[in-house]
Amino acid sequence: MGILSLVTFAPLIGALILSLVPAEHVKAIKALAVATAVATLALSLLIYFQFRAGDFHFQLLESVPWIPSLGIRYLVGVDGISLWMILMTAVLGVVATGVSVYETKRVKAFMILLLLLETTMLGTFVAVDMILFYAFFEAALLPIALLIWVWGDEGRKKAAVRVFIYLFAGSILMLVGMIVLAQLTRNATGRLSFSLIDVQAAVAHGGLWAGALNLEAWVFWAFALAFLIKSPAFPFHTWLVDSYTQAPTGAVILGVLVKTGTYGLLRFCLTLFPDTLPHATPIIMTLAVIGILYGGAAAAVQLDVKRLIAFSSLAHVGFIVLGAFSMSYNGLLGAALGGVNHGVATGALFLLIGLLYLRRRSRGINEFGGLKAQMPVFAALFLISTLAAVGLPGTNAFVGEFLALLGTFESGFAHISGLSVAYAALAAAGVILAAVYMLILFQRLFYGEPRLPAVRRLRDLKPWEVALALVPTSLILWGGLYPSTFTRPMEASVNATRMMGMNAVDQRPVWGDPNQRLDARLNLLTSEAGPSIQVSPAALHVAGPIAAFSGTSRADDAGGGE
Amino acid sequence: MFNYATPSIQWATILPVLLVVVTGVLALLFELARPKASNGGIVAVSLVGLAFAAIFTVLGYGSPAGETFAGMALRDGFGSTIELIIIVVTALSILFSDAYLREKRIAFGEFYPLALWAASGAMMMATTRNLLMVFIGLEVLSIALYVLAGLSRSEEKSEESAIKYFLLGAFASGFFLYGLAFFYGATGGLHLNGFAVAAGSNFNTLNVMLIAGLGLMLVGLSFKSGLVPFHQWIPDVYQGAPTNVTAFMAAVAKLGALAALWRVLDAYSGWQATWMPAMIWVAILTMSVGNLAALVQKDVKRILGYSSISHAGYMLVAILAHAKSPQTVSDFALLYYLFGYSLMTIGAFAIVALTARSGKEGTRLEDLRGLAHRSPFMAACLVIFMFSLIGLPPTVGFVGKLLIFNAAVQAQLMPLAIVLAINSAISTYYYLGIVWAVLGKEQGEPKPWTIAFSSRAVCAICAVGVLATAVFVGPVQGWLAEQHRSAPASTVSLVQHG
Repeated sequence: MGILSLVTFAPLIGALILSLVPAEHVKAIKALAVATAVATLALSLLIYFQFRAGDFHFQLLESVPWIPSLGIRYLVGVDGISLWMILMTAVLGVVATGVSVYETKRVKAFMILLLLLETTMLGTFVAVDMILFYAFFEAALLPIALLIWVWGDEGRKKAAVRVFIYLFAGSILMLVGMIVLAQLTRNATGRLSFSLIDVQAAVAHGGLWAGALNLEAWVFWAFALAFLIKSPAFPFHTWLVDSYTQAPTGAVILGVLVKTGTYGLLRFCLTLFPDTLPHATPIIMTLAVIGILYGGAAAAVQLDVKRLIAFSSLAHVGFIVLGAFSMSYNGLLGAALGGVNHGVATGALFLLIGLLYLRRRSRGINEFGGLKAQMPVFAALFLISTLAAVGLPGTNAFVGEFLALLGTFESGFAHISGLSVAYAALAAAGVILAAVYMLILFQRLFYGEPRLPAVRRLRDLKPWEVALALVPTSLILWGGLYPSTFTRPMEASVNATRMMGMNAVDQRPVWGDPNQRLDARLNLLTSEAGPSIQVSPAALHVAGPIAAFSGTSRADDAGGGE
Repeated sequence: MFNYATPSIQWATILPVLLVVVTGVLALLFELARPKASNGGIVAVSLVGLAFAAIFTVLGYGSPAGETFAGMALRDGFGSTIELIIIVVTALSILFSDAYLREKRIAFGEFYPLALWAASGAMMMATTRNLLMVFIGLEVLSIALYVLAGLSRSEEKSEESAIKYFLLGAFASGFFLYGLAFFYGATGGLHLNGFAVAAGSNFNTLNVMLIAGLGLMLVGLSFKSGLVPFHQWIPDVYQGAPTNVTAFMAAVAKLGALAALWRVLDAYSGWQATWMPAMIWVAILTMSVGNLAALVQKDVKRILGYSSISHAGYMLVAILAHAKSPQTVSDFALLYYLFGYSLMTIGAFAIVALTARSGKEGTRLEDLRGLAHRSPFMAACLVIFMFSLIGLPPTVGFVGKLLIFNAAVQAQLMPLAIVLAINSAISTYYYLGIVWAVLGKEQGEPKPWTIAFSSRAVCAICAVGVLATAVFVGPVQGWLAEQHRSAPASTVSLVQHG
């Protein structure tokens, strides 16, 4: 068993051990759950240290046959895009189990489901076989639905049904799409395989879609729909608002903040459908921009803290989608980073809101006021998270959203895929909305006199709660002040993804070709040939957000897909 | 002097069926010897007999495929696998029946021999290409099931269920027999091999008779497997029959009928231009009607009844895909789904059967409330079964649907794949309803849940099976393929048929 499987199934093993502990030993169960999450995080750091940055191929591959007759394997691997998603999931796993220590109702079942959820999330990111990916992607629905239904708030039943049906209905057609892809791969290469590596190789050499161009748009939308619903993008966001509001904090942090949907867009939609991308991009970008503006506007009028954060998430996801489909290096980097940032920053907010809710049993924005005097440490941590949500420089969200916007501007100026600057300009306005609703939220909660007696009784965070909250907040600052920690391992994979979607046939990077690599300026090389087969010096090596200012990294128009 | 050649008879071919029938007789004798006493002995006899039948089925896998008894009985990989599934399913149904029947105060020993004989009928249907044998199997299966459905004699709904099933079932058998007559008229025989000869002759009358025969046979088999528009009996019969009978019926009757359907359509595959469009519509309707009707049900047994209709539709897709391109689509998708479906269904009904208390039984959704508090284990099992019926990974329902999707795409039946996908999404709603009911709080005074060890065992076996068959699908398929390979490729012997 390799390190990736070990990390993926560590929470599952913990859950199995938990199931043997009698339900009365509540303390032991909680301790065991947290210990499992911490152990998973520790193991996931091993992945980080074994990972070779600068290589866009999947690394640490493990392969075991699952359904040999269909070419389905248990195939796991990690590349630059999934690396940070795995680490972020492990971090959020600790936060989620940590905050769930306050759960009182049927603790054992809760913790088991939470750990199951973590396994499915990790599995989604390590899976390289499409069916394995789908299996983890869908298996997550079981714990999510049960966690909301049993442990949620007053509107939990409707929320649970809605979440499940929305997400299940959204992705079942993707399964058909995957099968079509695999069959087309067989037509092109003579071998039935669901491995993303094999499918992508067939796409890159132009063989896969050559005989089935009429299918490409259908399959693309089967994938895109599943991921847009899961992300969620406007107008598929209604399940999100419900589940944010009703779900227990731990479930939200692991189940919804971990962005499997946007990850799927990067992993599948951008790499496998080069001919459809130019047509689909304007539609998806429009949805993203609407999501940013609508999410911001809706968040500004919410009276419920959790609903406010839910709508703000819609806006954040909008930036991620915007960056991804800008198909420029900076935009994609911003999207890949945004998935991590969003989890960390909103995770911090959710953790703090959860801790506040435990003290006050209320989510109404107007039910507080003057908390700063009562809970100064809490206020400080909350401020950091708020500023991250606003996207202030110095926080990680700034880096991600800035890069995403920059990429969108670049593509808009270059008119790639029929985009225009208007998309970027409108999206940038969304940043202002974020400042409006987040600062109003902070003001309502923390400033003024503590009018209500219930507020005056509130106590500040306990030391261990502070420690827990410091995990995501310190990552917010780290990501804001020294983003190359996060961006450097991503660069090769991000640019490879971009070239897979943008380059002409046979100039696309191939995951399955070990001879290919990217040079220091991220140009594609094959090791025998030596000289670059990828002519355009598209993406320059960008060390961090500041270097991106230099303006040297103009998106090129390397031949589109058509 | 009696000096005529006796055809060589391979008893091994019919050994599994024979063992099950004999076990039924033994169980009946046991019941006669110890009337009104505990049924433990009968259960033991039945299970031991089934175990032997299973062992001999597995042992028989390797021996050459072929027909014996002048083409009446057939041994091939498909048939043996169906037999094995039927044996397993029957054993599971019998295992949880004792506790249920006692709790329901209908602990009649007849259940066991009747169930065994019904199973033998289904096994006969699966292991022959002779239509008369299919008919005999069908009747053995059905008549036993008619009696079983009315086992709860004091309950009106049970009687209603038996009468409805009997009347409609007799009609369906009549249709099948009528179709058989046409087939005989066209081919001069009752073996499906005769089709090729008759179809080759360009006689118009023959062709009409062959098509009429197929149509009527399809009506009969569609009725038994619950395909729309011959499905109306299912919800009433499923609801009224004792729950263990419903479980048995849902699995075994479908196994036998779909296996026979598979064989008939396989034989007629040369003429699929004629029947394929009609069957595609039957599949679409079966999937959709079953699911849509289930959405508004409040009774768990009716929900599972409608769901069994839609699952029959899913399996029909596998059958059609195989018939459309037999070279590329194997029978594995159908066999796998049948096995998975049987496990989920038996497990789910075993839990519904827990609602029986001192002669009464409530099978509405509300009656399941409180199970999660009383027995988290059983509740977890039911959740697994429901999510497997939905098709959520990592369960047998997911892998089964994946295989069917793949078969449909491979056979260029994309519309069916898409309808199946949409139906899977629709079905989530009512399966979730059952999950919520189990997790819900009891209303009114808490009722005792008596959970027998055997019920626990059945649920544990089914739940482990549902998960393990999905994870280890590779080895399962490998083993089956191994067995199929060791037998000669041709499943049709050269024996002359009369």
